[in-house]
Amino acid sequence: MTYIAKPKLAHPGIPTNELGYTRRYYEGAVSTLCAGCGHDSISAGIVQAFFELNIEPHRVAKLSGIGCSSKTPTYFLGSSHGLNSVHGRMPSVLTGANLANRELIYLGVSGDGDSASIGLGQFAHCLRRGVNMVYIVENNGVYGLTKGQFSATADKGSKSKRGITNADSNIDMVGLALQLGATFVARSFSGDKAQLVPLLKAAVEHKGAAFIDVISPCVAFNNHAGSTKSYDYVREHNEVLNQLDFMPRREPITADYEAGEVEEIRQHDGQVLRLRKVSKDYDPHDRIAAMNILQARAAEGEIVTGLIYFDREAEDLHSNLNTVEFPLNTLGEEELCPGSAALDLFNADLQ
Amino acid sequence: MKNIAAVNDFVVKFANVNGSGSASANALFARAVLRMGVSASPRNIFPSNIQGLPTWYEVRISERGWQGRRGGVDLMVAMNPQTWDEDVAEIEPGGYLLYDSTKDLLPTKFRDDVQSIGIPLTRICNEAYTDARQRQLFKNIIYVGALGALLDLDPQVIAALIGEQFKGKEALMQSNVKALAMGRDYALSHFDCPIGLQIQKSDSVGEKIFLEGNSAAALGAVYGGATVAAWYPITPSSSLAEAFERHCKTYRHDSDSGRARYAILQAEDELASIGMVIGAAWNGARAFTATSGPGISLMQEFIGFAYFAEIPSVIFDVQRGGPSTGMPTRTQQSDITLCAYASHGDTKHVLLFPEDPKEAFEMSATAFDLADRLQTPVFVMLELDIGMNERLCDPLEWDDSRRFDRGKVMTHEMLERGDEFGRYLDVDVDGIPYRTYPGTHPQHGSYFTRGTTKDRYAKYSEAGPDYVDNMQRLLRKFETAKNLVPEPILHMDTHASQFGVIFFGSTAPAMYEAIDALEVRGLEVDALRIRAFPFSDAVTEFVAEHDQIFVVEQNRDAQLRMLLINECGFNPTKLVAVLHYDGTPITARFIVHEISEGIAALNEAPLRGTAAK
Repeated sequence: MTYIAKPKLAHPGIPTNELGYTRRYYEGAVSTLCAGCGHDSISAGIVQAFFELNIEPHRVAKLSGIGCSSKTPTYFLGSSHGLNSVHGRMPSVLTGANLANRELIYLGVSGDGDSASIGLGQFAHCLRRGVNMVYIVENNGVYGLTKGQFSATADKGSKSKRGITNADSNIDMVGLALQLGATFVARSFSGDKAQLVPLLKAAVEHKGAAFIDVISPCVAFNNHAGSTKSYDYVREHNEVLNQLDFMPRREPITADYEAGEVEEIRQHDGQVLRLRKVSKDYDPHDRIAAMNILQARAAEGEIVTGLIYFDREAEDLHSNLNTVEFPLNTLGEEELCPGSAALDLFNADLQ
Repeated sequence: MKNIAAVNDFVVKFANVNGSGSASANALFARAVLRMGVSASPRNIFPSNIQGLPTWYEVRISERGWQGRRGGVDLMVAMNPQTWDEDVAEIEPGGYLLYDSTKDLLPTKFRDDVQSIGIPLTRICNEAYTDARQRQLFKNIIYVGALGALLDLDPQVIAALIGEQFKGKEALMQSNVKALAMGRDYALSHFDCPIGLQIQKSDSVGEKIFLEGNSAAALGAVYGGATVAAWYPITPSSSLAEAFERHCKTYRHDSDSGRARYAILQAEDELASIGMVIGAAWNGARAFTATSGPGISLMQEFIGFAYFAEIPSVIFDVQRGGPSTGMPTRTQQSDITLCAYASHGDTKHVLLFPEDPKEAFEMSATAFDLADRLQTPVFVMLELDIGMNERLCDPLEWDDSRRFDRGKVMTHEMLERGDEFGRYLDVDVDGIPYRTYPGTHPQHGSYFTRGTTKDRYAKYSEAGPDYVDNMQRLLRKFETAKNLVPEPILHMDTHASQFGVIFFGSTAPAMYEAIDALEVRGLEVDALRIRAFPFSDAVTEFVAEHDQIFVVEQNRDAQLRMLLINECGFNPTKLVAVLHYDGTPITARFIVHEISEGIAALNEAPLRGTAAK
């Protein structure tokens, strides 16, 4: 975005969070994406979410694949370990990392090329397994780094910058995530930070596979008339289902809401999500209904955003595998190696 | 016709139809021989099929303990009409043919120089059983009973084995005992028992254990501290992953909570398997995948990533016949170059070559230490012949004082006291940098892992000098590996011969017998068993000390020879390829023949560039 290095000094009066860290502490290296790129707004949203959640950055592992979106983990949480894997394979690396240490927070960052094309299989399977993670697809419908080819999420009939009309059906990542068993499914827009940040925070706190599809316009190759992933198009067609407020700890409701307009969702750790309903009939705990609404609105050309589905009883991969409560990477010889006495018995059985 | 007479030293081969229940009956026979104290080495030669195609089970019986295939068959149990002609043709002159004589066969179907032993197995079964499946299954047990009488196997020994197998299943035990007796009685009343081939009680088995290589390798992973396994089913490696799960169920559950100290995932494909291994290892767990050649082909991109980003990972390649789908159920050593140089760009990887299940266990545990120490992928190059066959080997051993070598890992304390951390900084001039596990320290030690080029501090850099600096360090690391991997083992250390033989992996047992047989013919050869890549200096010395080297391997293109020439700069004319690659395990006779012919040819006309002594 810019070639000017960020100043190392900060104003002494700059706000800090409960851990005493400034927001700057949650940032990373300077972005090398294009000025105005939606992805940079998402990075800023991630910075804000983790700052506000009072999470130590080193307790987060950020993993990505290949592409513009996959470069972004360098631009936030500079004190976290990051891994930029191979194209479309972030989900498997994240799954393995999660198996090794269940205590870290796993943030998978991917794009529509990375997750909907080359990596569609791994995207599907890590959601199926309920890996405890936040999986973000920064979805711009286009291959940016290779200069403007359609991706698999580009809508049928949408036009490329070079004027070509896309003849292929699009892959709806949200629809797939619902079908595949993700237990937290949301869609947002990089241009709506007020919506995105609470969704990110809720996803981080969710124990299970959380998926957020973030429409993130590509200013260089997919922000023109005829595109369905441009800032203008998304703003015009964004149908917000609900607005999420995230309560770090249980706090009294101060604002006045009409009865039936707010739902509180208690998390495993006692934290509370407060969901303000925009569409009164929408129940985010009904997976089948969610899939129906998604299809119905998409047929009308609308883009549904908000918290689309949330499973209150979600379980993750570790509970399915019944692994010990401590991270596997902390176990040593004592816990892992059966020793010579066991081997003698093993031998005796085979003599 | 003079029939073969041999005690405790012959080959019995069973020709069956896949899925007919022969496997357990044949294994019963092999175990009975072992129980008699006589060394036996069985091999499954089976099709990629669930039911109907031909399958064979070859048992090498050897008082002297030779575990390899000898070559040739002394007694054929021909139970498959589909392969009758080739099975009969394979019998040694003077050998024996046991067959089902229920239906008359044309005299032309038999050989004059082979003693035919016809038992009406189908008729006996049809008279004794009404159930179709029983008629099918007990046919196999009946021929085992007959073999017992023909070879003078102690009936008590077989009965005891049946008793152990069907412990608590009285009805099944009784029906098996009855079937055995029917076969035995028929043989005793119709033939002169025993025939020329006999099993006599011996003590050549001793303390040895009878174990499958894949199970041994999986147990090595348990002992080596692997906690994460990700795999995708593929013959002949699936039983390794399944054995790991079995062993973990025995050894790795918390006694109080019952919870698992391991995580096993059957992934969606091999790409995901290796990705999970890399993710887990990056995060500080010991992790492995088990696959075969096609899986390695699929994993190429990730293997290069693990090499360049320097992430420990252990890969078991249970090799089968290639290329492509090739021969999924046949054995080969044809993934050597595939694994040594896996992935695009300049890469080299550590390979380990176990010779038997015992070494599979040891090298498996060692692979995790090497991967952590060297921060790189390590391949355990198993083969179907080792992985999927039970082999008699010395009891497994473990030193309780042994500790996992987790390699160079910077701890919270080290970071706290201000030790300099550069992820790719060669602090010890051995090419191996320090790493940190994610989450170690709030302020220090985090870094970005990437497959792109970087500087010593893990910062993205496309600068030529940074790239070259990093690539040279990786070469230094590979040099360091030379001294860490298992040393080659010298056999027949006489240095009296001008001829040397280099071999590895499953060729070993046949080679040991071949060396002995060559010596009997007055042909002395020194032999070196290579156990790892990169090759240690001992390999270079061995080649230098001999005029001619035979490199014996089980692939078409002499892949180990290629690697030796490429990595050590040997004169290609000095290395003579001896190749066996039809998918069946190499035999001692084949090696003896090739090497004696080779020596004879060399004595007549020495190869260009070398001088005969």
